Amino acid sequence: MREKPMRETTSVSVAIVGSGGAGALTTGNFVLEAASLAGWHGILTRTVGPQIRGGEAAALVRLATHPVECLSDRFDLLIAIDWLNASRFDAEIRLGPDSLVIGDPRGGEPPASIAASGARLINVPMKETAKALPEGRANMIALGIAMQLLGLSEDAMATVLERRLAEKGAAAIAASRTALRAGIDAARELALPVRLAPPGEIAGKRWLVTGNEATGLGAIRGGVRFAAAYPITPATEILEWLAPNLVKAGGVLLQAEDELASINMIIGASFGGTPSLTATSGPGLSLMIEALGLATAAEVPIVVVDVMRGGPSTGIPTKSEQADLNIAVYGFHGDAPHLVLAPQSVGDCLFTTQWAAYLAEALQAPAIVLSDQFMGQSRAAIARPADVAFIGQRRRATEIAAPYKRYALAGDGVSAMAIPGTPNGQYTADGLTHTERGIPTSRAEDHLAQLDKRRDKLARFAYGDHWATIEGDGDLAVLTWGSLTGAVREGLARARKDGVAARLVAPRLLYPTRPDEFAAALDGAKRLLVVEQTHSAQFHHYLRAHYDLPGEVRVLNRPGPLPISPGEIHRTVLEWRA
Amino acid sequence: MSTAEMRLACKPGDYKSDVQPVWCPGCGDYHVLMSFTRAFAALGLPPEKIAVISGIGCSSRIPAYTNCYGFHGVHGRSLALAAGLKVTRPDLTVVVASGDGDGYSIGGNHFLHACRRNIDMTYVVMDNRVYGMTKGQPSPTTEPDFDTALSPGGTGVRPFHPLVIALASGANFVARAFSGSPNETADILVEAIRHPGFSFIEILSPCVTFRPDEKEWKSMVRPAPVEATDDAARAARRLMTDDGFNIGVLYRGERRPFQPPFGRADADLTALETEFVL
Repeated sequence: MREKPMRETTSVSVAIVGSGGAGALTTGNFVLEAASLAGWHGILTRTVGPQIRGGEAAALVRLATHPVECLSDRFDLLIAIDWLNASRFDAEIRLGPDSLVIGDPRGGEPPASIAASGARLINVPMKETAKALPEGRANMIALGIAMQLLGLSEDAMATVLERRLAEKGAAAIAASRTALRAGIDAARELALPVRLAPPGEIAGKRWLVTGNEATGLGAIRGGVRFAAAYPITPATEILEWLAPNLVKAGGVLLQAEDELASINMIIGASFGGTPSLTATSGPGLSLMIEALGLATAAEVPIVVVDVMRGGPSTGIPTKSEQADLNIAVYGFHGDAPHLVLAPQSVGDCLFTTQWAAYLAEALQAPAIVLSDQFMGQSRAAIARPADVAFIGQRRRATEIAAPYKRYALAGDGVSAMAIPGTPNGQYTADGLTHTERGIPTSRAEDHLAQLDKRRDKLARFAYGDHWATIEGDGDLAVLTWGSLTGAVREGLARARKDGVAARLVAPRLLYPTRPDEFAAALDGAKRLLVVEQTHSAQFHHYLRAHYDLPGEVRVLNRPGPLPISPGEIHRTVLEWRA
Repeated sequence: MSTAEMRLACKPGDYKSDVQPVWCPGCGDYHVLMSFTRAFAALGLPPEKIAVISGIGCSSRIPAYTNCYGFHGVHGRSLALAAGLKVTRPDLTVVVASGDGDGYSIGGNHFLHACRRNIDMTYVVMDNRVYGMTKGQPSPTTEPDFDTALSPGGTGVRPFHPLVIALASGANFVARAFSGSPNETADILVEAIRHPGFSFIEILSPCVTFRPDEKEWKSMVRPAPVEATDDAARAARRLMTDDGFNIGVLYRGERRPFQPPFGRADADLTALETEFVL
């Protein structure tokens, strides 16, 4: 029974779930890549449990005719290779009465939420079909089903298989193609109520990249040539990407014994003149805070990327949250001015990390980059990010007449740094309060002078327009940050179609704060909606502490791992009007 | 200037800064500083090519008292900071200075991994068996019956044996020195710096303020009765059976120092993005 004509849509979402090792993520990645080759835009977010094998895994894929930076509100299609652990994340895969769910009769019982959603459930014997084929795998049957239902061409998928299974050999590719066709055949009589509109003309190069990979590339482009590494989910991929690529760029990565070592290693390397970075997540950042204060006091440029996950403590290592804002901004003891930046999308991980490396070097200060699991581990098809000229280069002391003043107070507060090996530049970098020459002191005026120096060099710097994303107009302003920027942008675009104008203000530079620029961005705003993924509204409190918030303020906050969807923003904005 | 001429031209005073030490009169660390400057002069190294890295504590104040590049970092992390410096700047001579609290307690984990990693640097721990800067608390090398305000009647915990730990963890050169013999200590330092890989020197350096009993050390130390060995097991056995006052080079290993390879500095960065292109 073939379904009746479907509605054309600009965006379609599919979730592929299975127990760990079933190949759900591979299937999702192949869908994304084939669709991208065909010219669509897309994003794949992974949601997995903590188990290494045998847990649960879901690939959440959204394909669209336009660039997408977030998931949609609902899934049009859910394919369950099995239902073994699917109930652990059914809240993250929202379905509706129009959704189609494909299960396997041998895959266990679907969670109660499937029936409750009103979605149509169809059983396809994926495992049995696969078993009848040589080297057949159920996830390739699922891939065929997805291709048929999403309208993906077999040519594009053949290219993907050639690329991704090359190492496994021609036999594996042939077996996959056979299974794929079996899946396509199994789904011939099925259809979704929606069909993705054809892709538009794509101009220029496009990339398929994760936020963590883009972060690594941004670091190297920003001048980073040394990284210290201690593995932690969900930041490890940055370090694994950097390990071979830093060497290609003339640098090196060193594995540390713990995060206390990795942060101190990068301080040592940077002291030696090499722009340096490490990447971690909340627990690691907690361990690094003392040495970040050292980098502030000794004025050693470093970059620390924190790919945020659910906290506190071990929290939810595999899922996203924005709750490290407080520790990044306020975690240091003493008065310790430093940089905190947050990328706003998968592609922006490249720019923001590159900018952070540039700023750290220019200002001789530590920079924390707050990425998160959502954008870090999402893979997106994006237009090749534009090249930018930000390359970290610190002010160096070269021709030195003794006595050298490493922490000289004159000028803009950024004092020329002597690199070991430079004659007459010998000084001791120190976490103790020091004089201009770097000699320890406990005198009140020396303390004040160096505190002023470190504050002023950051406060007076011209950061330019990159400090925030500011779009749209209207008396309603939505304030958000990080990976929620994309969801807010899309929610406001929908509201605009309903005739409701609103502006988006999302700071990329969170610290130091920019009071004048912020006030200008909110000029004329009468209502503010703060959107963030924390339980305690950390961003709202941060805004209250540093900025004047005009008019009425409402807060839409929720902890991870449930994302805040464009539809929720859209709805909140419309309801406030009424 | 040739290296030989350079050496003739170098005097220990060239390696000393004008900063006044915070140490108590009679502190063993003054003599360690003297050994540092004598060793640097003997090696004929330009002061700007030496980096002295430290953590927190009395001994960790030493970098600023030299005329070398220095880093006085956070408590216990000097070895990690030095590792980052040395792998990116193999041209520098890196000497790390620490004490028994900084190096063995809060920094204990880094000690194990620095030995294991075997980067070409020299680690000097001035051991006075007490936290001096915080006024007399027991450290990992303090005797179990040493009475302090923090551990009335003693800790009851046996001290551990850093030299044996260093051997077991893979240090490539192990020696014990006594601060009161600055020439001998300088000689050991010269050899340690020249020896490839991770060199570890325990320097017995009395704290005359909180451990006046350590003034007796000068009559207790003696040259080690046997030559250094290249057999780590033999060196460890000797160390575990001596009384802790045998002075000299105890072990010389032959492990290759660790230096991760760098790529070419003029590499084409545009090639890095090809893996992302659709």
